[in-house]
Amino acid sequence: MSGDLSPCMSVLQGGLSPAALGELMPMFLWLDRHGVICAAGPTLTKILGPGPVVGTAFESHFHLRRARARRHEQDETHPGGRKLILMLLSHPEIGLRGTAVEVGPAGAEGMLLNLTFGIHLADAVREFGLTEGDFATSDLAIELLYLREAKAAVMDELRALNGRLEEARRAAERQALTDPLTGLANRRAFDGALQKAVRAQTQGGAPFALVLVDLDHFKQVNDRMGHAAGDQVLNWAAGILTEEVRRGDVVARTGGDEFVLLLRGAIDRAALQTLGRRMIARLEEPCVVDGTPCRISASIGIAFSRDYPVPEADRMLADADAALYDSKRGGRGRCSIHAAGAAA
Amino acid sequence: MYGLINKALQAFLTENYGAALWSRVAHALGLGPEGFEAMLRYDDRLTEELIDTAACVLDKPRAALLEDVGAFLATIEPLRRLLRFGGSDYWEFLFSLDELQGRGLMTLPDLELPELSLRSESGGRFVIEVRGPIAGWGAVMAGLLRAMADDYGALVLIEAAAPSGGLERVQVMLLEAAYASGRRFDLALPPTRVPA
Repeated sequence: MSGDLSPCMSVLQGGLSPAALGELMPMFLWLDRHGVICAAGPTLTKILGPGPVVGTAFESHFHLRRARARRHEQDETHPGGRKLILMLLSHPEIGLRGTAVEVGPAGAEGMLLNLTFGIHLADAVREFGLTEGDFATSDLAIELLYLREAKAAVMDELRALNGRLEEARRAAERQALTDPLTGLANRRAFDGALQKAVRAQTQGGAPFALVLVDLDHFKQVNDRMGHAAGDQVLNWAAGILTEEVRRGDVVARTGGDEFVLLLRGAIDRAALQTLGRRMIARLEEPCVVDGTPCRISASIGIAFSRDYPVPEADRMLADADAALYDSKRGGRGRCSIHAAGAAA
Repeated sequence: MYGLINKALQAFLTENYGAALWSRVAHALGLGPEGFEAMLRYDDRLTEELIDTAACVLDKPRAALLEDVGAFLATIEPLRRLLRFGGSDYWEFLFSLDELQGRGLMTLPDLELPELSLRSESGGRFVIEVRGPIAGWGAVMAGLLRAMADDYGALVLIEAAAPSGGLERVQVMLLEAAYASGRRFDLALPPTRVPA
């Protein structure tokens, strides 16, 4: 420093009082040449207390994790400060950072440190019960705490909104894939399941059977007893079909009195035939609607994926349909399985 | 604008007058009982309609209704806390109102809060000018300022003043900033569990 100092500079050289320093930097520390604290800002005093802080060693409170010289680009001769990363020994989870500068020529008067909590702010505020008065007016701590809570409130709202939208999306999807009358899968859902089964089979997955079920004599029930009764019969039939298949199989209603089943897993032609007959037998039992017994039956046509070197959805549907036609032509109430190798 | 404001009105009506009353209001507006989503955007006209419908159903003057809404806002804990970040006492809080709009924008970059401008007059008298996208923000602020005075434990007299130059105005007489102990406010909340 040269001889003619401005009045401002001489005041600074004369030294600011610790109280004034504390007002500007509530988290300052003044260490003497031996690392003993000779003054501390009010907030640091609160944090390092209880008990006297002045006169104790810096090392008894802090662990210095890193120190790095800050380069001073405008003034090469300026000794520059050091950037410090510290840890509080009493609270190892709370980190601090700050700048240290030398006081007096060649640090004869020790070192001045100004610290901040940085990202550990909220933890420190909670842990030490800090209030607004513990921060310098120029500190953005309060804004940071404000933002943190405002962000949390917005995120909570968005998270809840996303949950509700997802729920609505799933409900819409369910609706789009469900037959509203019976609650079974609809044609769209069935087509998806069939495509998946075909893909799985070509990749060496389990074989499956495609079962078309057409109710016989249903039209008469509808004509004689009305649509409401017809709907009850459809629901009853849907219940029987669902009971006869395994979990993981798909039962869909694809038309007025048409149902399609996708049966997966270990299954052979004999078992399919038995299952078909049993379903027909159960559907032929009288269904009582409003005290009146209704009698229907069913015709079934089946295509079995094992019968195809490479199964294709359309081909199998056509073959099952041909088998169904055989059942109808054979007098209804029958179950036919498409013969392996036969053309549709 | 954001459904946030409509949602606050919905919460006010539901909590103070019951779900049935809210359903009536929602029905009159052509909404389902689930009402508004805070983070979705709605037409400003819907907010106007909502206020008018609620005032009509409750048979209450619009300004009185909005004052009650303002007081209600200050009781929503997360919102109360955000407001308390404005200052350590009511006097500082009043001066933070100039920044309220900016603070809102810091939270949500397109949140339309009213622009407030505080003028300090002699003898502890303040006048707050309110410029908002919806007529009635002045009344909301009057209710909110009164409730926040209780929160800070300040003794105040607040009244909506006559609008001038197209601005709504609220007059605050701060009699005593630290009259009662007020409600507790910790700068940092205890750590919360992460929602699943």
